[in-house]
Formats: sequence, C-alpha cells, structure tokens
Amino acid sequence: MDTVSNNAQPPAQKKGPTFKQRLANFFTDIYKIHLFIIQFFKEAFVPPFEFKEIVRQCYEVGVRSFTLISVTGFIVGFIFTKQSRPSLASFGANSWLPSLVSIAIMRALAPLVTALIASGKVGSSIGAELGSMRVTEQIDAMEVSGTNPFKFLVCTRVLATTLTIPILATYTAFIGLLGGYLNVATNEGISYTAFVEQFFQPLMFLDFTASLIKSIVFGFTIGIVGCYQGYYSSDGTEGVGKAANGAVVTAMFLVFIEEIIIVQITSNFR
Amino acid sequence: MEKAKALIDYDKTVISIRGLEKSFEDFAVLRGIDLDLHQGENLVVLGRSGSGKSVLIKLISGLLKPDKGTIEVLGNDVCCLTEKQLRELRIKMGFSFQSSALYDSMTVRKNLEFPLVRNRTNISRKEIDTAVETVLDAVGLSQTINQMPAELSGGQRKRIGIARTLILNPEIMLYDEPTAGLDPITCTEINDLINEVQQRYHTSSIIITHDLTCAKTTGDRIAMLIDGKFQRVGTFEEVFDTNDKRVKPFFDYNFTQ
Repeated sequence: MDTVSNNAQPPAQKKGPTFKQRLANFFTDIYKIHLFIIQFFKEAFVPPFEFKEIVRQCYEVGVRSFTLISVTGFIVGFIFTKQSRPSLASFGANSWLPSLVSIAIMRALAPLVTALIASGKVGSSIGAELGSMRVTEQIDAMEVSGTNPFKFLVCTRVLATTLTIPILATYTAFIGLLGGYLNVATNEGISYTAFVEQFFQPLMFLDFTASLIKSIVFGFTIGIVGCYQGYYSSDGTEGVGKAANGAVVTAMFLVFIEEIIIVQITSNFR
Repeated sequence: MEKAKALIDYDKTVISIRGLEKSFEDFAVLRGIDLDLHQGENLVVLGRSGSGKSVLIKLISGLLKPDKGTIEVLGNDVCCLTEKQLRELRIKMGFSFQSSALYDSMTVRKNLEFPLVRNRTNISRKEIDTAVETVLDAVGLSQTINQMPAELSGGQRKRIGIARTLILNPEIMLYDEPTAGLDPITCTEINDLINEVQQRYHTSSIIITHDLTCAKTTGDRIAMLIDGKFQRVGTFEEVFDTNDKRVKPFFDYNFTQ
C-alpha cells in the first residue's frame, strides 16, 4: 500500500493571469467584439432573412420581461413621484409634480429601467442559452448541417432585442405614468385628464426621439453582449455560468456608459 | 448481427488527406496524416482518448482549420472553400456527434426537420413529413416523434442524431464515438445501425472510436492513430496481428479480459 510521504508538498496553486495578460485579454476581447459586431452587420441584412425566428425571438424577449417590467415600471413611477413631492412642496410647487415625473420617466427612467431589467432577464438568458448550445456542440451541429449558426442564432436575437426593447421602454413609460398618476391622484386629487395634460406639456419631440434612440442602442447592446458571451463560451458548464454572468454585468455596464454619452449628445440639441 | 458485404469502389476516393498537421498551442495533435476513404467504405479510426481522432473529423468537416496539409472531400479542398461552398459541401456530409448535439428546445420532429427545411427550398409539408417518418423508421424510433430530447435515453439520442444527418441523404457519414457511454446491448444496436446505414444509404463513413467491438463490427478498414500518425492501417486482423506495445494493449483490454 502506498503511504503518504511526510515530505509531500501541497499541490501547487494555479497562478492567476498577470496584469499584463489581463490587459492583453481585455484588448483581445475588444477586438473580438468589434469583429463580432462587423459580422452581425455583414449577415443581418443579407438574404435569406430569418423572419420567423426573429418574430419568435421578439415574442420571447417581450414575454420574458413583461411581468417584471410592468411591476418595476409601476413602482418606479409611484416611488419617484412620492419621493419628489417633499422637495417640490418646500417651494409650494406641488402642481409641477406631473411635469417633473414626465421629464424623469421619458428622458431617463423608462429606457434605463427597461434596459437594466432586460439585461438581467434577457441578456443572461441569451448568454446561457447560446453558451449551453456551444458546449453541447449544438452550434457545431447546426454548422455541419449546412445552416449558418451566426445568422440563425445571433442575428435573430440581436434584431429581436433591438426591436423589442424600444417597445418595452414605451410600455414602461406608460406604466410609470400610471404609477405616478395613482400617487398624485391619492394625494393631490387631480383628474386623469389634467395629469396627462401636465405630463405631456413639458415634453418635446427631442425627448421622444432621444428616448427611442437610447432604447434602440440599449437593445442592440443587450443582444450583442449576450450573444457574444454565449457564442464564444468555453470551459463546459462553468463556461455557461460565466457567459450568463458576463452578459448581465457587461451589458449593464455598457448601458450606463451609453446613457451618459447619449445624454451628453442630446443635451447639445436642447 | 453479422456485417453484410459492403459495395466498396476502391477506384473512387471520397476523402483524400495528405500531410495533415494540427497543433493546439504547443501541442502537436496530428503530425502528418495521409488517408484515403473509398466510396462505400466504413473506415474506423482507433486511438486513445486525446489522440486527435475527433480533431481529424472536425478538420474534415471544416469546423477546424489545419495548420498544414490538404483535405479533399468529394473533390473539393476543404481549406480553400468559401463559407457558402463549405456549407454546400457539408450538406453532403453527415456528422454524428459524440454528445448527439440534439437541439434541446425542439422536439424530435423539429430536430429532424431543421436541416431539411433550411437546405431544401420549395419542399412541401407532405414531403417533409414523409422524410421525417422515413428516417425515424430507419433508426427504429418512430414512437419518439413528438418527444423532447431530454425525454430520450442516451441510445435513443444517438439514433436520433444519426437520423438527423440521414435526412439530407449524405454521401459521407462521420461518426464521433458512436458507442461512447452506452451499455453493451445499445452499443450492438448502434453498430448494427451504422452497418444498416452503409447498406441502405450507400454512404462512405469514418467512424471514430476506441471501442474495438464497434471497430470490428462496423469497419471495413481500421486506421490506428498513435502519436499523431496512422501507425497501422488495414483490416481488423491485419492491424492487430502485431506485438507493437502501443497497439496490442487495445486488443488485450477489449478481447482478452
């Protein structure tokens, strides 16, 4: 029988990547994402188009996020109105509450909240689904059966998120409006017509356009990040978890960065 | 079941590989492979785990790119084809994956329809249904048509995986470890199915395995992959009629124990 030697050394711990390697990996990732986006534009708008799959994915994205967005949108509208009241009340400006809520919801909260919810719900789901397909060789199987997996899996999902997130953001805005109205109605006793009138009064065409552009950019980001993480996942089941996690974290981070950039750009046109 | 005599045309080569080399980082997996697959032939590639068997068929199907050498499939150099040409060539090759690689989100019917619908334009619903029923019947799993892959056993998944490749009537079949992880009875059924596919669909096949029973039952010719090269190629008896220490343990483990 073998005996354990007293001189036995503990197994050598695997060293993590050095700072230089991490930096190199970071730039390699950026380069690969860049190529991934180029490939998307090369393939998404060239026939044959996967209309059926795009519609199916739009439905999936919408259904997956609908309940959560409804609840969150309502709460955001309700709470924002409630929290803003004391500040306005101190100036005796309670009547400005619907206008303040409208600007906050339309310009920032609706697209941002929708994108964050979708990053968690849809982005992770896309990352995990494609990651699992990669590690179980389903993507390879698609490729060897004469199907272009990038077009079928990636293009359809990215287009679906790009098309659906703006619709969901619009829906969030209206649900937020409802939440805001309920709060105002219970405290100030304002009618729905008067609330809606005051809600839309301060809004300009630019606000709607900027909100729409933001939602489209957010939708594209969530789709492309989720697909990239899943499509190139490795390391078996561990890789699937990493892909899902990476999809959420990266998409949320990028959504905030894009929010800052778009706000800076649109504020120049006001 | 005894293997029926296959109609092999030794004058026609469907796959021709010359000087194939492939490395992953510093590790050379294939170090100059030469191979010919004749029309109608079942060629078994034997080798230890990690010897590069699966890499070989992934190179043949264009899933991986070789570092050096040429791979001609049905007269086309796989390395020089455009994506579109490669896709067209792949329709003529069936690839049965080790993990079966069935699409989890689709029923058996949808799995089988998928390659057909995507590669055959102007195909009617009736033709699709007939093709699905025919291949399911060929693998003996007609009753599973509406089941999800998660509801199938390992052997059934392998069979459906093979059926999915058969639906496009491929000229070449590539089997990656068809009997891995299956019980002996299911292994025998899969081996019989491989032979039946050869007879019924007149396919030429490369079968990757380390299972000698599978090799003996299905192979018209065996190629032994050791240290990145084919060390012995021939019939089962020719390959194992040796005292080579790298070859003999295979035979001893499978048949002497």
